[in-house]
Amino acid sequence: MIRFIDDEWLRLGGAVLFAAAFAAGVATLIPGAQAAESKTLLNVSYDPTRELYQQVNAAFTKQWKAKAGDELKINQSHGGSGKQARSVIDGLEADVVTLALAYDIDAIAARGLLDKEWQKKLSYNSAPYTSTIVFLVRKGNPKQIKDWDDLVKPGVSVITPNPKTSGGARWNHLAAWGYALNKWNGDEGKALDFVSQLYKNVPVLDSGARGATITFAQRGLGDVLLAWENEAYLALDEFGGGFEIVTPSISILAEPPVAVVDKVVDRRGTRAVAEAYLQYLYTPEAQQIIAKNHYRPRDPEVWKAVQKGFSPVKLFTIDDVFGGWTKAQNTHFADGGVFDKIFAKK
Amino acid sequence: MAANAAIIGGRPRAPRRVIPGFGPTLGFTLLYLSAIVLIPLAALFLKAAGMGWDQWVATFTDWRVLASLRLSFGGSAIAALVNAVFGLLVAWVLVRYDFPGRKLVDAMVDLPFALPTAVAGIALTALYAPNGWIGSLLEPLGIKVAFTPLGVIVAMVFIGLPFVVRTVEPVLADLDAELEEAAASLGADRVQTFVRVILPALGPALLTGFALAFARAVGEYGSIIFIAGNMPGISEIAPLMIVTKLEQFDYVGATAIAVVMLVVSFVLLLAINALQKWRHARLRGG
Repeated sequence: MIRFIDDEWLRLGGAVLFAAAFAAGVATLIPGAQAAESKTLLNVSYDPTRELYQQVNAAFTKQWKAKAGDELKINQSHGGSGKQARSVIDGLEADVVTLALAYDIDAIAARGLLDKEWQKKLSYNSAPYTSTIVFLVRKGNPKQIKDWDDLVKPGVSVITPNPKTSGGARWNHLAAWGYALNKWNGDEGKALDFVSQLYKNVPVLDSGARGATITFAQRGLGDVLLAWENEAYLALDEFGGGFEIVTPSISILAEPPVAVVDKVVDRRGTRAVAEAYLQYLYTPEAQQIIAKNHYRPRDPEVWKAVQKGFSPVKLFTIDDVFGGWTKAQNTHFADGGVFDKIFAKK
Repeated sequence: MAANAAIIGGRPRAPRRVIPGFGPTLGFTLLYLSAIVLIPLAALFLKAAGMGWDQWVATFTDWRVLASLRLSFGGSAIAALVNAVFGLLVAWVLVRYDFPGRKLVDAMVDLPFALPTAVAGIALTALYAPNGWIGSLLEPLGIKVAFTPLGVIVAMVFIGLPFVVRTVEPVLADLDAELEEAAASLGADRVQTFVRVILPALGPALLTGFALAFARAVGEYGSIIFIAGNMPGISEIAPLMIVTKLEQFDYVGATAIAVVMLVVSFVLLLAINALQKWRHARLRGG
């Protein structure tokens, strides 16, 4: 215990001096920032793309070696899309980001790490692959779930994650909203009623898409899971034959975008390879890999070849219906937004 | 004891220290505490200070935030209370009785310390979900654990248990069994022996264990998040609200909740400490 009297102060002063000296000593021992090396790329991505990018990376490094002669190593980082964006903002040296929502890359751009117009730099809104929201139901579809209307029926239990924490859940929410708008000719009040009704049937809001999949597939909760199409196919592979995919009549076109992080590649001198890497995603070779991982490819030729593997569905885009991600985020998911209102009403 | 010497010597003079080096050791302590605790916490306060009054008011009149704070602190208090009772029991059994496998049980108590919290959360959810081993037994009784506030408390109890057991155990081991025998021979019945002899001796350790378990439960995220169900206003914990704010890139709002949690926790821990001091003083006096 320290008593703040007499010569104790003197001792305390000495102690502080020692602390400062020690700190200074330690500081000089820490080596300077590491020299940039150009032989690696870091792709910061979201959760379900792990397998996709493992395959893409293997193919691209092989091609890059043949073309440029360089040995290239691509590192991957995966996590929730929003969390990944924050890591990049906080200093994770990502050469490229491949996230779930344009909103997350917009947030990085807002901090000046990349050009605000990033989405115009690559074709198809900088989204080399797309996906959509489908339903996963139990084998034989006991509740006869065919379309969005069936989700609001009494006695149907729906599993979807919390849109406040999960990017995937935001797509689910907007898909349902878009369906309702379409059905009632743009009546926002009707859409609010519909989505409120839907959330009444939701017993659990997991924090992430994978958590929701586990709740549905392993905990046995719910009659239907709202999920990314690629996740739904993955669940079929992983959890065996207990499930079926139901594709609704209409759903949202999810465009997971990709971008080069300007500040990082310029500092590390990796711009050329980073840009080549993202361009590569649009090549027929990469598009094949993309289709194999149950994402919908953009390339018309490849799409024609794999089309029968995907159920037909009418798709609307977030730009058309909601006026872009930032607007949708502010209206629906910001504090005090539509989602909060739905739960406040109860 | 130093305290005794001070009392005998009248007004305390700084006692001669046996081991020299007060300067360097305190210096190191200050540096260490600054780097590990103070600087991060100061940064937190600084960040939260960037928030206007109206924002503060808006954040803390938000019913979701309030509900989550209520669940985090209320649930933690209940969980710590449960742990205080059953942790004492576990410590008692481990100290006072010898039985085959005692060492194993003793080691098991520490598992909640070591287990990654996400693993704990997923395991608890698997057990307590309506189709889990325990959940399927409770379901017919109309008791739902997983995905309700009750599940949150179960997870909090799980992670808090070792704190109570490990703080009570050594004190209990030091407590002579003869003390109880003496009480019994003086005519105390079992309840009297427990309440008037054993409990006062264990009080401080038990209170410390309670405080530690409580503090741990308040800040817990990983294991709770899987079992909570995260329904707004019902089973959302305060740390989830922080994550929610971060997900909207609202760093300031997130730190504001963190600061409030920190202050409330600090005040509560301080109160527990004061309670302990007061009790201690009263025992001394009596």
